[in-house]
Amino acid sequence: MAKAPVSEEALKEQFGPHLNYVPPGGWKDESIHPAEKLVKTHCCFCGQQCGIQLKVRKNRIIGFEPWEDFPFNHGMLCPKGVKRYMQSGHPDRLLAPMMRRTDGFQPATWDECLDFTVGRIRDIQGKYGKDAFAVYGGASLSTEKSYLLGKFARVALGTRHIDYNGRLCMVSAGTAYKLAFGIDRSTIPWSEIPKAEVLFVIGANVGECAPITTDYIWQCRDNGGRLIVADPRMTPITRNADLYLPLRPGTDLALLLGMLHVILHDGLEDREFISRYTTGFEDVAADAKQWDPRRSAEMTGVPPEAIEKAARWIGKSKRAILMHARGLEHQSKGVENCSAIVNIALATGNIGREGSGPTMITGQGNGQGGREHGQKCDQLPGQRSLTDPAAREYVAGIWGIRPEELPQPGYSAQEIMNAIHSGEIRGLLSMCFNPLVSLPDANFTREALSKLEFLGVVDFFMSETAHHADVVLAGSLHEEEDGLGCSAEGRVIHWQKSIDPPGQARCDSDIIIDIAHRLGRGQYFPFKSPADILEELRVASRGGVADYYGITYERIDKEKGIFWPCPDLKHPGTPILFADKRFYTHDGKAHFNKTEWRPSGDPIDQEYPLYLTTGRVVSQYLSGTQTRRIGALVDQYPEPRAELHPRLAQQLNIKDGDWVTVTTRRDDVTVRAMVVKTIRPDTVFIPYHWAGIRSANRLTHRTLDPRSKIPEFKVSACRIKHATNPDTSPDDREAHHNDAPRGGA
Amino acid sequence: MFGYEFYIDPSRCIGCRSCLQACEECETHRGKSMINFDFIERRESITSAAYVCWHCDEPTCAQVCPADAIKKGDDGIVHSSLKPRCIACSNCVLACPFGIPKMMEPEQQMMKCDMCYDRTSVGKRPMCATVCPSQALAYIRPEEIARRKEKPTNIFYFGEQKITTKVFMMAPAERDAIALDVVDYMWEEKHELAVAIE
Repeated sequence: MAKAPVSEEALKEQFGPHLNYVPPGGWKDESIHPAEKLVKTHCCFCGQQCGIQLKVRKNRIIGFEPWEDFPFNHGMLCPKGVKRYMQSGHPDRLLAPMMRRTDGFQPATWDECLDFTVGRIRDIQGKYGKDAFAVYGGASLSTEKSYLLGKFARVALGTRHIDYNGRLCMVSAGTAYKLAFGIDRSTIPWSEIPKAEVLFVIGANVGECAPITTDYIWQCRDNGGRLIVADPRMTPITRNADLYLPLRPGTDLALLLGMLHVILHDGLEDREFISRYTTGFEDVAADAKQWDPRRSAEMTGVPPEAIEKAARWIGKSKRAILMHARGLEHQSKGVENCSAIVNIALATGNIGREGSGPTMITGQGNGQGGREHGQKCDQLPGQRSLTDPAAREYVAGIWGIRPEELPQPGYSAQEIMNAIHSGEIRGLLSMCFNPLVSLPDANFTREALSKLEFLGVVDFFMSETAHHADVVLAGSLHEEEDGLGCSAEGRVIHWQKSIDPPGQARCDSDIIIDIAHRLGRGQYFPFKSPADILEELRVASRGGVADYYGITYERIDKEKGIFWPCPDLKHPGTPILFADKRFYTHDGKAHFNKTEWRPSGDPIDQEYPLYLTTGRVVSQYLSGTQTRRIGALVDQYPEPRAELHPRLAQQLNIKDGDWVTVTTRRDDVTVRAMVVKTIRPDTVFIPYHWAGIRSANRLTHRTLDPRSKIPEFKVSACRIKHATNPDTSPDDREAHHNDAPRGGA
Repeated sequence: MFGYEFYIDPSRCIGCRSCLQACEECETHRGKSMINFDFIERRESITSAAYVCWHCDEPTCAQVCPADAIKKGDDGIVHSSLKPRCIACSNCVLACPFGIPKMMEPEQQMMKCDMCYDRTSVGKRPMCATVCPSQALAYIRPEEIARRKEKPTNIFYFGEQKITTKVFMMAPAERDAIALDVVDYMWEEKHELAVAIE
């Protein structure tokens, strides 16, 4: 609530981010002793979910050993994975729950913190109604925790409003896939990638954001496959692209419609597949007719010949895989964009067979599993709809409540923040989410946080959002609690507990269960362990699309992961979806979906003539709560830079390393320039992992895709100029933008 | 490890520096990375390259060492300088045609990649090649590398100096050695030679 209790400098001094460069005890001390055990688990820093073995000694993680038998990554790791273990035993780690006092955050007892939390929940809900209290979850939580949080919001709090930071990840893709196929999952496992004749990668910086996928792509090229990359920036995989399409930010739909136009014009569609297994083709074909390559080229800035070539390579190939990630999805027409990809796959019959299919590259640690079992605002376990009467009755039955007690769908992540700002929502419990860094329009987020009457945060480090909290509950790291994850492939995996939480920190699920008990709802939360939660989750998901009934920790350990759906204990899992050409839709067919072109929510004009786009770097993860504390990763890319093309730089007399100010309709941010020929001259790129004065999300806007509610991080209008009197201090503290006046209680 | 070879293919490198980060985890030089890494010219392109030591059959570094501190094992691994012998003169640093040895401060000792001797000697793959996400650094069997389009070679020419190495470099399929001479690509040279012989 309100502004931070003491200055940002003081909070930083106390809670970091400080940089940890060494294992526990230093390079030459405890970490050189043999490990007591090697625990097979996974990296926590992205949706690839690479297998890794953590070296454990005296309840500390002292290093890692590659896990070469794990079938996804065979021991491969990106730098985040290599340094993943350095988050454990970090000096910034919260070792006790903290209460906000007038002189800052002070350690307190769990009883005081939790009773205070429960008291505030009761006050706020009593005064303003159940829905005045909201819950934020995160897509780096285990599937059990995600399930628990959804049940907690609906059964213990009775609020409509729970959503999670996966809303900022790939929800537009999920919505498009549900519309087309009735299921929200990549259609193939990664082992299919090397079999494709053509790989079309759009809006996906694979080399930096999904590094292990690179090896699969290179294998495809070794086998003679051709790689097409569409992106406003030449990302690392572009070095070996057979065709590069440098499209303008926000024009992906125009590119894809142009490609579909060429496919249909040339008669390269799969007529038999379309007529037997799909609906809605005629409408989509009629629409694509309007998008000849010339029109598409004018909109995208990609030569018409290149658009034709890409379309023909896909259309003429026997097997094409169409991969996409945030570049395509983080747009106010994100669902349209992803539907357009699906439409090309369906038109060419590239689905349900080997080496082909549309593929979303989910980005967050448990981005897939975290969205399947109930922390989304409109969903119940098993990817069931919260508005489906049969689903409500089934899940209510498992939970031991009446269906009418289940709240209706609530607001999505950004809408919750909007409702906090407007005063409709007064209290928030946030776990595994750092909205001050990760939501768009950070100044708005800060204002909203200042209006909360209560903010409770569960986290292992003091995130920038936690600075605004009334109570900070010291939770657990990935390696401190058993649980399931689900990788971008749809492979359900086991995060093995390696160590206990240090100090008085507690497991995340214990904290939520304890609060539920103190709220008098303990009878619905009898869980003693994650295994208990999984038992209920399996049953709750049973019969749903994301059916986990056949999945247990023991099976996963033995089989090195199981692809859902897996409806019973004998079922082998489902690596390739739709192999029988049956889709999860009401009629069993795949649906073409018409797409409507519309401009970005933050269009360029004379005052803001350039595109700003944001994204990740290989050495940082999401809002940086973890990775901005790991020295080796910070050194690799210490602070955000604005990438711009030499042609633009020359016009503005900007040289590499100069301080530049990037201004949008929200705010301005001053960072150093990085002058590179690998970006379009009309586009500026800034990575978003940082807080404070150089936070890229001060610049982004809150326009949402109307159906999926994903923000448009990838397209803002901006201008750039030489900075006058830049603040060159190296840290990421808050400066000239102070907190809004204190509001509420 | 028996039957495995080390292959370097810079064309696969994505610049992630996972190799650098993983190298410093190794038992014999903890906290110090022995990988050589460069963006070729970041302003111009995203092209990057990571290298380990090539482990020459006749190591120049050892040949120029006045203290006889650099030893090659029977397995072909060229090791860091022997601490008691090394006089930190940097002859090896200057002489290596690949630019591999590093003079470490404050140890005052030349250290270099030993292909994770501590790991390979007990049946594990070297750290960098195990983690490399793009397999630009790969420690695999020859039959596995044969699936790639490029061809491995371990013959390098530096001026008149011919060097053969333990580590392989991936080269275009039509090349037998790493040497760059415009003459090799000229038609008239071969043509004239052919005419002269006739």
